Amino acid sequence: MISVHHYLLLSAILFCIGIFGVLTRKNAIVIFMCIEVMLNSVNLTFIALSRHVGNMDGQIFVFFVMTVAAAEAAVGLALIIAFFKNKESVDVDDFNMLKW
Amino acid sequence: MEAILFYLTALVAIVSAIFVIKCRNPINSALNLVSTFICLAVLYIMLECPFMAAIQIMVYAGAIMVLVIFVIMLLNLGSIGKSSNSRGMAAGGVLAALMLLLTNAFLRRGDVSGTGGEVTSELIKSYGHTELIGKAMFTDFLLPFEIASILLLVAIVGAVIISKRDV
Repeated sequence: MISVHHYLLLSAILFCIGIFGVLTRKNAIVIFMCIEVMLNSVNLTFIALSRHVGNMDGQIFVFFVMTVAAAEAAVGLALIIAFFKNKESVDVDDFNMLKW
Repeated sequence: MEAILFYLTALVAIVSAIFVIKCRNPINSALNLVSTFICLAVLYIMLECPFMAAIQIMVYAGAIMVLVIFVIMLLNLGSIGKSSNSRGMAAGGVLAALMLLLTNAFLRRGDVSGTGGEVTSELIKSYGHTELIGKAMFTDFLLPFEIASILLLVAIVGAVIISKRDV
């Protein structure tokens, strides 16, 4: 029988894979996708605990996480395009225009 | 049967999440990310949340990933040869492993009790999952719902402004 612990452990593993990707990759779009993996693992936690506790609030929260992820995708990718127009690169090492 | 399905789906989700961060070509990463999203949708169905599975497929695997793949192809990003240095890789690995240990210890010590809320499997079967979501969203969470619509409007305007103007 699959308990809520299995879902929480899977979500922890996915979250750590996302952290590893964010910390080690240089490509801004891949970093963006790793953030999506982390958001999704949190969504899995919300839904598993919501079903376990027997309350609808966690699933409503997942809905709002998805809304914020969609907004983040639109603005983040627009920023990446604007950056690429200036520097011809999406490498995060080149994101240093604000550095003094 | 349920256990086999769970382990299979979890395995595919983890392997494709690893490929997201391992592939050199961003397009391959994006396709593996779609695979992870679909595995999570299967898990949502196993948790008796079919509406969440549907919007996971439509919003994440559909809308957001189409946007990402569109940007990758627009910028014509090929394989990027330059990789992270080994010291940064080791530091990232240590941090991720520590995080995994921490969450694992938290899960082992934690007591997931407090079951017995009003939403049970029988209620979902008789009343319907989408109806339950809609009832909660338009009664208890009406104000956050309206704020989410304003957030989406701001994001649309911001995306147009950022990508239009010469910065």
